[in-house]
Amino acid sequence: MDAMAAIKQTFFQECEEQLAELESGLTAILEGDGDAETVNAVFRAVHSIKGGAGAFSLDDLVRFAHIFETALDHLRAGRLAPSPDLLKVMLRASDALADLVRATRDETNLEPQRFAALAAELRAFDPASMQQTGAAAIVKETDGAADCADDEIVFRPILMDESMFDEMDAPPAAAPRLFRIRFRPKPALYAKANEAALLLREVSNLGECSIVCDSSELPFLPDLDPEGACLTFLITLSTECDESSVREIFEFVEWDCDLDIAEETDEPAGDGVDISALVERLQASVEAERAALEEANARSAAGATPPSARQNFSPAQVEGSDTGDGVGSIGKSDPAKSDPVKIDPGKSDLAAKGDQPGPSIRVDLERVDRLINLVGELVINQAMLAQRVLEEGLARASGVATGLDELEQLTREIQDSVMAIRAQPVKSVFQRMPRLVREVAAMTGKAVRLVTDGENTEVDKTVIERIADPLTHMIRNAIDHGLETPDVRVRAGKAEEGVVHLSALHRSGRIVIEVSDDGAGIDRPRVKAIAADKGLIAPDAALSDDEIDNLIFLPGFSTAAAISDISGRGVGMDVVRRSIQALGGRISIQSRPGRGSTFTMSLPLTLAVLDGMVVTVGGQTLVVPLTAIVETLQPKVADVHEFGGGARVIAIRDQFTPLIDVGRELGYRADNADPLAGVALLVETEGGARNAMLVDAILGQRQVVIKSLEANYQHVPGIAAATILGDGRVALILDVDAIVASSRADSDAHLLAAAG
Amino acid sequence: MTHSETNSSRRAPDPARARELIAFRIGAQEFCVDIMSVREIRGWTPATALPQSPGFLRGVVNLRGAVLPIVDLSARLGFAPAEPTARHVIIVAQIGRQVVGLLVDAVSDILTVTDDLLQPTPDVASEMAKSFVRGVLAIDKRMISQIALDHVLPLSERDAA
Repeated sequence: MDAMAAIKQTFFQECEEQLAELESGLTAILEGDGDAETVNAVFRAVHSIKGGAGAFSLDDLVRFAHIFETALDHLRAGRLAPSPDLLKVMLRASDALADLVRATRDETNLEPQRFAALAAELRAFDPASMQQTGAAAIVKETDGAADCADDEIVFRPILMDESMFDEMDAPPAAAPRLFRIRFRPKPALYAKANEAALLLREVSNLGECSIVCDSSELPFLPDLDPEGACLTFLITLSTECDESSVREIFEFVEWDCDLDIAEETDEPAGDGVDISALVERLQASVEAERAALEEANARSAAGATPPSARQNFSPAQVEGSDTGDGVGSIGKSDPAKSDPVKIDPGKSDLAAKGDQPGPSIRVDLERVDRLINLVGELVINQAMLAQRVLEEGLARASGVATGLDELEQLTREIQDSVMAIRAQPVKSVFQRMPRLVREVAAMTGKAVRLVTDGENTEVDKTVIERIADPLTHMIRNAIDHGLETPDVRVRAGKAEEGVVHLSALHRSGRIVIEVSDDGAGIDRPRVKAIAADKGLIAPDAALSDDEIDNLIFLPGFSTAAAISDISGRGVGMDVVRRSIQALGGRISIQSRPGRGSTFTMSLPLTLAVLDGMVVTVGGQTLVVPLTAIVETLQPKVADVHEFGGGARVIAIRDQFTPLIDVGRELGYRADNADPLAGVALLVETEGGARNAMLVDAILGQRQVVIKSLEANYQHVPGIAAATILGDGRVALILDVDAIVASSRADSDAHLLAAAG
Repeated sequence: MTHSETNSSRRAPDPARARELIAFRIGAQEFCVDIMSVREIRGWTPATALPQSPGFLRGVVNLRGAVLPIVDLSARLGFAPAEPTARHVIIVAQIGRQVVGLLVDAVSDILTVTDDLLQPTPDVASEMAKSFVRGVLAIDKRMISQIALDHVLPLSERDAA
């Protein structure tokens, strides 16, 4: 039972991948980038989902996927033109399919009307041959669960169909059912002391049965492998049992044989389509298939192919090339393909696809994290060892020291490689955005095109997971607030369709993600008015354009006049900024009136390590994130000025910059330190403001492993996290922004105290 | 140590209801915690002070790669803050999902007791002590107070609320 659940889990994981492929393929076709291979890929994605869903008897999913697949097949066969209208419906169908997959996975219910409506829309696109292909498809769908009557019930909610059907006819379970079974033992079956004759006898006990032995694969005597298996049994079984009881017989040998069970449906279809004609066609195609197989076998026998090459003719291969070529249209009703339990079609599809990435494995994330933790320990231990050796006073050139250097290099490499395991392309997040854009565009009545760039840029999985929400919000904002409505755009001389550009790239050890739109840009007078209105700034404050743009990041700021459905649900850009800052990133905005706005996020590649400057303050060792430091300098007596209320500023190249005493801010000492005895670090905060931080001394730079303080304690103001240094002691990592903010609050408090 | 042996043999507690406690000293007083919440006992190592933390929080130390906060139990219970030496020990205890080090003078005993031996906290104790002491045990004329670990860290208090 658990094993089944695990397989199902894998199926849903694969579904997500297939859905992503489906969506990107459809988008490519819509944009005119699609070729025949794209169409095939899209078809395969839906087909694989259907195949897997069939294996787990997820009937709703099978039904919807089937209708979708039928439409895609028309597209693939060229019976339908890839018109934008069709593709838009298909994109919505892919969204619906994604919802359906998720609903099935979470075992929640979705309203069937939506799927019925979409199914009807898809069907409306079908060419006139719909009637027949639809019926043929039903024959193909011979797993009994998705028979015609069921199909009708879901997508046309008229329940009387089935009741009428039941009254007219005996219940389907009691009617004799006709199975065609193709049983081809492999050598392993006989090697495990199984006997084909016993299995066949079991089958014949189920009902009326005729067995034909297909000996066409028998090679000539000199080529015969005495322990090989060359016989195929074709069984026609008429029974009252269902397919599972047939399968039960072969349960213990199913891995050691090729087994195809196809049921032939004799039940009259509700549509009044001539089923017997279809069955005839089906049989004809079976015959044709068999003839082809026999011919191939004859050829191979004539060519004296050794029996070991026999697997060339296994049904999976035949079928794989079939699907790959796109020959297997639905009308053809390939008996091998109609087997609902076999997932092989999807597998062979994958094999047929040329541009597959290298082999990969799925690993539980917990295991990777454990490995990363252990490597973190290793790095710390290595550093401790190095320090001990140094303390012992061993010569730099001694064997031990050289060995340690090598060890250090090795640990660093291991760490990098382990981190790379967690790195993933941002594609997984970017892929969610087209759907969002479609939905938001539909809701706002705006025409939007999303252009993505650099989706293969890799970043730590945790970062990816945590940028999804802010990114969603930013894209919503870009469409809802940034882009104008089509008529306004036309009046402004722009294309009717707005463009939202989403890009990712690596820049100096960080990942930079940009969301830009070609909309109206930030309406600065309005932003300023709103900020003043909400008391966020003084009404007469003189602000630069940049400062005004940054007002939208203030908590409690929202420019939407009416709270719309899309953005403005009480969470604003301040939440976006906070979540990005929580990741150790920063966000900035550039906006040009009439030309659009660009939001730039810069994020660390990993949350596990950090490059830091190790400093001492008041006898404590602290780590300052290197990314925040602009430069370091030695304060001179002439540069430092008192600025009332105990605050000080330092002149750096004639710019007066607040000088923050870190020791005092963290409470390590009560009084201001002597700036001349220390070192000042010029730091830049998220808002771009510069401050100088006074520390006692700089010990050096190093990469440190980030350790959470919250895990065993709680958040400490002014401290971002902790790390373990080479001496085995814990050092704290400074939260530069929080220190700057708290120093401001302090001086405000000073001022208030003075005023009061 | 002999006390506990005589103690357990004399009372022969019902094994199903028996619990084991680790007893330790702070100054002249004895306290104990449930052995099930104790992960390990280690010697004192200097801690890295945390800014803006309560006075009873000694700081944090490295416990095999994890950051372990050290609570000076003496200060936490309202006594004078400890002046840790190499003879002091840290009891590493699991509190909820967190692991916390408790700085005490020395570990003195392992006791096997049943719940009915636990007496309510006497009314004379200070408010501070009362919120941390679950009850007292009278064993061989000694008074041992059992510490309720849930309230030792400020964060756990907030979680409980």
